[in-house]
Amino acid sequence: MTVSDAPALSPAAKFRRAHAIRTFSLLGLSVVLAVLLVLSITVGAREVTWPDIVAGVTGHVDNIGQAAVAVRIPRTLLAVLAGGALALAGAVMQGVTRNPLSDPGILGVNAGAALAVVVGVAWFGMSSAEGYLWSGLLGAGGATLFVYRVGSLGAGGATPLKLTLAGAATSVACASLIIAVVLPRNDIAGGIQLWTIGGVGGATFGRIVPVLPVLAVGFAISLLSARKLNSLALGDDLAAGLGENVAQARIIASLGGVLLCGATTAMCGPIGFVGLVVPHICRLLIGVDYRWLLPFATLGGACLLVAGDILGRIVARPAEVQVSIVTALLGAPFFIWIVRRQRIREL
Amino acid sequence: MTQSVSVSVLEIGRIARGRRRRLTLAVLVTLVAFLFALTLTVGQSVTPISDVVRVLLGERVEGASFLVGTLRLPRALLSLLAGLSFGLGGVVFQIMLRNPLASPDIIGITSGASAAAVFAIVVLSVSGPVVSVMAVVAGLAVALLVYVLAARNGVAGTRLVLVGIGIAAMLHSAIAFVLSTASAWNLQEAMRWMTGSVNGAQLADVAPSLLALILFGGLLFSQHRELDVLRLGDDTAAALGVNNARTRITVVLGAVGMIATATAVAGPIAFVSFLSGPIAARIVGNGGSLLIPSALVGAVLTLAGDYAGQFLLPGRYPVGVVTGALGAPYLLYLIVRVNRSGRSL
Repeated sequence: MTVSDAPALSPAAKFRRAHAIRTFSLLGLSVVLAVLLVLSITVGAREVTWPDIVAGVTGHVDNIGQAAVAVRIPRTLLAVLAGGALALAGAVMQGVTRNPLSDPGILGVNAGAALAVVVGVAWFGMSSAEGYLWSGLLGAGGATLFVYRVGSLGAGGATPLKLTLAGAATSVACASLIIAVVLPRNDIAGGIQLWTIGGVGGATFGRIVPVLPVLAVGFAISLLSARKLNSLALGDDLAAGLGENVAQARIIASLGGVLLCGATTAMCGPIGFVGLVVPHICRLLIGVDYRWLLPFATLGGACLLVAGDILGRIVARPAEVQVSIVTALLGAPFFIWIVRRQRIREL
Repeated sequence: MTQSVSVSVLEIGRIARGRRRRLTLAVLVTLVAFLFALTLTVGQSVTPISDVVRVLLGERVEGASFLVGTLRLPRALLSLLAGLSFGLGGVVFQIMLRNPLASPDIIGITSGASAAAVFAIVVLSVSGPVVSVMAVVAGLAVALLVYVLAARNGVAGTRLVLVGIGIAAMLHSAIAFVLSTASAWNLQEAMRWMTGSVNGAQLADVAPSLLALILFGGLLFSQHRELDVLRLGDDTAAALGVNNARTRITVVLGAVGMIATATAVAGPIAFVSFLSGPIAARIVGNGGSLLIPSALVGAVLTLAGDYAGQFLLPGRYPVGVVTGALGAPYLLYLIVRVNRSGRSL
């Protein structure tokens, strides 16, 4: 992948230009996110007047309009957190596997987390946010290990096709098992069925707050592993030659990704393609340096999920479309575009 | 002298293969017949065979007429026809593209048919043959789309499979979208269009599938020699006088036609297309054409899956959940095995 093709510029000028582009993009992205946050509070299935919006944001719930606005606040927060976490996790996974098609949804990590949560709910009567969280983390970790083990067996290591297939097979298996667990249980079927589609509707602060510490640790580990991912991007041999402990770097970075995916899935169900689309677009904008890419992807993911959630609220009024449906409809063509563009390694 | 010896060895091999093939086919047919009869006779309650036969002959039998004639017979027939269609349609795709992963359910064709069917039923509120026609058209459109998107200096098998997985993911979301905008989230209906189910089958549903199986099946069997030669590779096939383009178009039309028609009624029964061909190849060995064995394996999987989902497992599951739970481990096994041997998929 080429960083930039401007051979006429001196290295120093090139660096300054790249720096300017990055700073400018970062500012632009922040403005976009701010605008989206305002839209997310103001736009929804129900049309609300401005006074009611102001009242709702400041904590009044005197009429339906104000109540609707009050509900949109935790929902927006969840979309920001989930989008940032998933995009960051996707970028980290792409770095760890050196595979352009890596994404928590495609690799089956979110499906594994969802299965673990569903099993916890159906068999162990779990209902607290903490229960969702720990089972989600357990499932995400298990699925990651499993898919990576299966996908990297044999000659050639973890090629894109093998990983994608292992992830797809794991996702389908998990989906079948989720149905098998949920279907006989009429008492829980309705709520959990909606949850397994994946969306941020129905968010409450009570379910978000317990997850925040884990998310914070996940964000920290992932963002701090940028330098390691830069080394890994050179290839295992070169990275080892430069003094990087390759295996350890992979494990630490993956741990950050797993924490982010597991915690996010526990809150809003499996949401795919955010982790695929956002890092790729960010790479096109600002290059492949993970020290810049990771924060960019985080911000971009938050933008995408908030935008997708707003879109889902207005396309099918008065009904709402779950945000994971929106991201898949937007993300799958992007996946195909990458498959077409990339010269896929012989598998 | 040596020549006559080698000829007779070949002859013996041919006879042995022919015998094995006849034996396998006989076993498969018996199995299908047994499962079909089982579905008709044994459910929550057991209906005596004599009553079942009388109902099938058109007599009115107290109790059994409703149970067998209205509930079990359409279900068994639909399972049988859908299984045959998925098995046959799947294996010809795998043969034509020489890749076990290139089955219609993995590369999104079945999902396309399902999306069209659910759109027709939920949004346009149509029913009957129109749904089947729309499903077939959508299936063909998806096949064309996957082919065009994967084509770049020739169609690489890997790219085709990956593009297909992407298309399937998108169509799956489209189905979820249509279902979620429908007035009420009906779990049974959702199950049908997500994983496939023969619950609530009616005799009227069976006719289009039967018609499609005869029509499109005929189309496929008209090409079975060419398909056998295509297994050797495009260049060899062309050298041996196969008109590649015409064979491919005919095969795609036939396979998509029968799969989409079955999907329009029973939904995309998970992984039957994907599983049938490899299982048939394993049982038949290299004893000739895979088309009929694979169709029969498809029928066995669907009938057995539906029966197990209804009566053998705790709780009641649609057939697609059972076959999906079977197919995913096989897909993983395929990846592991191919990876171990170091061959490309």
